[in-house]
Amino acid sequence: MRSALIALTLPIVFAFGVAVAAADDAGQIKTSKGSAQIERSGQKLPATVGQVVQQGDVVVTGADGSVGITFRDSSLVSIGPDSVLAIDRFVFDSTTHQGNFDASLKQGTLAVVSGKLAKQSPDAMKVKTPAAILGVRGTEFLVRTGPAKD
Amino acid sequence: MRHPIWLVPVALTLLVGCATRNDLYVLLPGKDGKTGALVVDSNGKQQTLNTPYAAARVKNVGSVDGVTSSEAEVKQDFGPALEAQPKRPVSFYLYFLRDTDEFAPESKALVNQIFAEIARRPAPEIVIIGHTDRVGNAQYNDALSLRRAERCRDELIKLGIPKVRITVAGRGFREPEVPTADQVPEPRNRRVEISVR
Repeated sequence: MRSALIALTLPIVFAFGVAVAAADDAGQIKTSKGSAQIERSGQKLPATVGQVVQQGDVVVTGADGSVGITFRDSSLVSIGPDSVLAIDRFVFDSTTHQGNFDASLKQGTLAVVSGKLAKQSPDAMKVKTPAAILGVRGTEFLVRTGPAKD
Repeated sequence: MRHPIWLVPVALTLLVGCATRNDLYVLLPGKDGKTGALVVDSNGKQQTLNTPYAAARVKNVGSVDGVTSSEAEVKQDFGPALEAQPKRPVSFYLYFLRDTDEFAPESKALVNQIFAEIARRPAPEIVIIGHTDRVGNAQYNDALSLRRAERCRDELIKLGIPKVRITVAGRGFREPEVPTADQVPEPRNRRVEISVR
């Protein structure tokens, strides 16, 4: 009975472990203030300095929060208070500098210094908001998105 | 009688024809003196920002208004996001003897500077990127550049930098410091970049 259970759960644990190891880290948190979290597969993790950010993560700040992330291609991305930033896709080949960086700012403010992906090819980095899509031709820009205040 | 709350914004829009969005996109001058470009596309309506502080407002999806921001306005609108920006990566360069992974002697003095930079940063990472000149084919140079980066990593680990903080990459001859024709030996391109970020 017990061995049957182990036999059943082991492949699941193993598969999960492989999935985690295969999911490349996209970046690392370098600054964090106030209330700030990472939402990853239904879990909420504190967005503390040193914490890894992965493709699929959503970074969320509260009214007093801000977070700054350095990505593997050396893109610098930071968000201000009451912001929601989804890392939709991050793929970076460190030999050729090819890949893709797609992020969505659902609300709030964002500051970007684009990195090696945008430098290598002009279509590699895209930032979306509920109202617009940004094509990034380098290098430094700011985004604010949200509903109109009446 | 109570009205459903969702009617309020709808009614406001109909009555005043007012904005539904408060979106602002601003291109900043680059710290390196170069200003890039940003294409803002709202439902097919496009605006290209390519001068310092060029900005676009989107008040309704499908309309993009070109405006100009300023350093002062940007600080007001984006202060906390700008303050949260990570430190910019800093690069150091070590040079190599031809066809080898042996350091040129003058490179050893740089190591102290690298350590000081690491100490200044939160959650520091060290990215070691090997480069070559154009002697030999691409495949050979990809391997050589990676070997140089790994050699450098091993030295830094010996000097006490935790292995987990270091990543290595080999760029082959894709990113020369001095562009040359094929098969030309060029010592300035036989280097390893140590990016601290």
